[in-house]
Amino acid sequence: MKDEVQTREDRVAGLKGLGCSRKRVEDARFTQGKGNYVDDIKLPGMLHGDFVRSPYAHARVVSINAEAALALDGVVAVITAKDLEPLGLHWMPTLAGDKQMVLADGKVLFQGQEVAFVVAKDRYVAADAVELVEVEYEELPVLTDPFEALKSDVVLREDLLGDGDTLPDGAHGPRNHPNHIFTWEVGDKDATEQVLSEADVVAEEMVYYHRTHPCPLETCGSVASMDKVNGKLTLYGTFQAPHAIRTVVSLISGIEEHNIRVISPDIGGGFGNKVGAYAGYVCSVVASIVTGVPVKWVEDRMENLMTTAFARDYWMKGKISATKDGKITGLWCHTTADHGGFDACADPTKFPAGFMNICTGSYDIPTAFLSVDGVYTNKAPGGVAYRCSFRVTEAAYFIERMIEVLAIELNMDAAELRRINFIRKDQFPYQSALGWEYDSGDYHTAWDKALESVGYEALRAEQAQRVEDFKAGKTRKLLGIGLTHFTEIVGAGPVKNCDILGLGMFDSCEIRIHPTGSAIARLGTISQGQGHATTFAQILASEIGLPADSITIEEGDTDTAPYGLGTYGSRSTPVAGAATAMAGRKIRAKAQMIAAYLLEVHDNDVEFDVDRFVVKGAPERFKTMKEIAFAAYNQAIPGIEPGLEAVSYYDPPNMTYPFGAYICVMEIDVDTGEHEIRQFYALDDCGTRINPMIIEGQVHGGLTEALAIAMGQEIAYDELGNVKTGTLMDFFLPTAWETPNYTTDHTETPSPHHPIGAKGVGESPNVGGVPAFSNAVHDAFRAFGLRQSHMPHDHWRIWKTANDLGLHG
Amino acid sequence: MSNKMHIKLNVNGEDHEFLAEPRELLIHTLRERLNLTGPHVGCETSHCGACTVTIDGKSVKSCTMFVAQANGAEVTTIEGIGSPDALHVLQESFREHHGLQCGFCTPGMITRASKLLEENPNPTEEEVRFGMAGNLCRCTGYQNIVKSILAAAAELNAVKEAAQ
Ligand code: FES
Ligand code: FES
Repeated sequence: MKDEVQTREDRVAGLKGLGCSRKRVEDARFTQGKGNYVDDIKLPGMLHGDFVRSPYAHARVVSINAEAALALDGVVAVITAKDLEPLGLHWMPTLAGDKQMVLADGKVLFQGQEVAFVVAKDRYVAADAVELVEVEYEELPVLTDPFEALKSDVVLREDLLGDGDTLPDGAHGPRNHPNHIFTWEVGDKDATEQVLSEADVVAEEMVYYHRTHPCPLETCGSVASMDKVNGKLTLYGTFQAPHAIRTVVSLISGIEEHNIRVISPDIGGGFGNKVGAYAGYVCSVVASIVTGVPVKWVEDRMENLMTTAFARDYWMKGKISATKDGKITGLWCHTTADHGGFDACADPTKFPAGFMNICTGSYDIPTAFLSVDGVYTNKAPGGVAYRCSFRVTEAAYFIERMIEVLAIELNMDAAELRRINFIRKDQFPYQSALGWEYDSGDYHTAWDKALESVGYEALRAEQAQRVEDFKAGKTRKLLGIGLTHFTEIVGAGPVKNCDILGLGMFDSCEIRIHPTGSAIARLGTISQGQGHATTFAQILASEIGLPADSITIEEGDTDTAPYGLGTYGSRSTPVAGAATAMAGRKIRAKAQMIAAYLLEVHDNDVEFDVDRFVVKGAPERFKTMKEIAFAAYNQAIPGIEPGLEAVSYYDPPNMTYPFGAYICVMEIDVDTGEHEIRQFYALDDCGTRINPMIIEGQVHGGLTEALAIAMGQEIAYDELGNVKTGTLMDFFLPTAWETPNYTTDHTETPSPHHPIGAKGVGESPNVGGVPAFSNAVHDAFRAFGLRQSHMPHDHWRIWKTANDLGLHG
Repeated sequence: MSNKMHIKLNVNGEDHEFLAEPRELLIHTLRERLNLTGPHVGCETSHCGACTVTIDGKSVKSCTMFVAQANGAEVTTIEGIGSPDALHVLQESFREHHGLQCGFCTPGMITRASKLLEENPNPTEEEVRFGMAGNLCRCTGYQNIVKSILAAAAELNAVKEAAQ
């Protein structure tokens, strides 16, 4: 028998299961140009939609005249809010409990806002027609500063004023000004203030995390196809959460959910951009219903940057207190959150500022208080988690800056300050002062490994020498050592406290084993480059003992996949990965009964071994999973139904808490403001590692996004609300030339509550990377008195910092 | 419309003749008229390189070229670079070294890299990074793309040497 020559190791390796750097099954299509992205979809008779957008950031829409546009050959329809109103579709609910105009209903609140939707026979005619739609605007005063907005008499959202004298509550409680959205408070305010007032040392700083954008290489788009004969709507689109989109479309359109099929085809990167529901999706659906033919809408890059899904824009005022030896005693944070014209932030319902309350970071801080005020301004709505779990990047940046500022205040080494304040290994599970239960961690081990790997002591000595040389006029370059130890919170999440639009944030997997021992598994998530078709098959291979190469993974079609909340916030591995393992275990349980029957022993007398069930104590007597699969379909087994299938809906008991230690060594040219990254070391602990090759790739990609954000990428507005960075000319995306090589490393602390101990990794490098780059810039100037400067640290800002510190002589 | 132009193109070895408005962009000709959806649109402003094709031996961003400008040219897209039975070394190499994630930039990357390796069969890492700077990737951080291209160069050279 062939099996006899195979060692157990061979059999394990043959599965390509957990821990294997399995090559990706997705790649054959993508490398040959055979991906199938939204804009590749071409349906018979398909029309193209394009938007008339507002050039103003705040204005009344006095009139819209579409006559000339409609007269153009090839134009089929021009849709405005007036047309949508009878259908109740001129506004739509946002993920944050607010509502948002689909098309301008009397006024516009940000530059680029959708005013009318033109439908034409091709994209060129549609673009011509957009130019022919005449819109008369009456300009209104513009508010781009959230602090000013909270004092201004200019009301942005008249629709929320109510009829009486008092301002009606918003979705998250009382509002204290017409431009105020919510106040969210966590922690013990009085106790924190007391601790601060009694502390030896208090460091105080305003930490601004600027507005930016996920900017995946593929923009957002959809193709809607209403089949009037059978009453079915098929909607293809760039959706990170296809099932939730189906439910939302059903709720707002009145089409029954079973008559809607949502398909996320290949997605060209998401990073949070494709979580939200956009006017374009709704308009393509309406246009298809009206015209009876398929309608495509794909935004261009400028529309993408200006209107869909900004990220960050948090003003975080912080105070951190410590004893004189550096033991942290308290943390206070007040955040002013600029949400733009509508509150469309993509956060679980009960968390209007996401998981910002993870801002105590990796540190054992006994007392803390956080409050967040959301504010309306004349900027685009969005507030997505740009490659991070909800607002976790903001939280990590905040605490990692505050630690650095405290180190300056204490005149201490920032690495040592971190070390003496880390949550210790024996403190897990750890209850944080702001309400989380950290599942597992070993921060000291990770930190020591990181410091040793980069030769930290020697770097500090070199830096000190550099400062001497600089002062002596021997060099014009400074050396910065950027430290970060971050803790992520991912895998939303327990249904008891996490939902989106009332939908619990579980996820799902359904498995069918075929008679010949291959399988298909379908999930409620959707890959946007993370390689789910590769990694989920690996989880399953280890669970059910069939080779990953014999397992097809399918996602993204709501007619076939089980319901799930989608892929964002690093939730696929923690939640859907767990569902996959649990469904696999159900398969195994049934396989055990079949094996026992075939081997003529009691169920408890067989045990699972890699790819088979063996009789305990008699390993030569076994049935492989392949044999068992066949038996499931060809034998009448008493008391067991035919077939081998399972489904699992997994509601995680807790979030997972990946962490990492990153160190960036940066050279800065004081005279030009240019930087050079000499070394970047990234140690990640994401628990059990499913596919090391893919983990490393995720880290490289996330770090490069972090590099962009920290060093130049920004959605900037002028005082009239004009977007100044609406093209890739002004919006910084690093090329291969500006991007350094990264050194990756890991420790492995499994999650105690996850079925396979995995924690998720996709977003850690963005969360940890931004403070590492930014801290390197700050650290380079520490010897010259710099405490805080705002990102992005582009050449001009760094030059300006040096100039302000008097370093230009 | 009467202002259409008579266009002749050879794409991936096949001749095409059609009437097109002079303003039609080459990327739309390829994707929508000829159904070659390998090249993608990421920006339409010459920045991202997702639309990269080879025209008469040069790498070109097809989003900022009118089809009229390409009249009479020989065009190669990702679809013409390898076939399922005979993949280009770069196509193998990108898979082997995890040089792609979402795959949206990949056709442009490989098309550009194939040209780069023709122009410079023995590039240094620096030369690869510089030569690929017209192609943006949002997913990979480039490290594995560079690795894929350097590995492909080594392999192509080994094949050449063996043939000599
Ligand atoms: S689409 Fe041509 S360069 Fe971006
Ligand atoms: S692989 Fe996604 S943009 Fe390059």
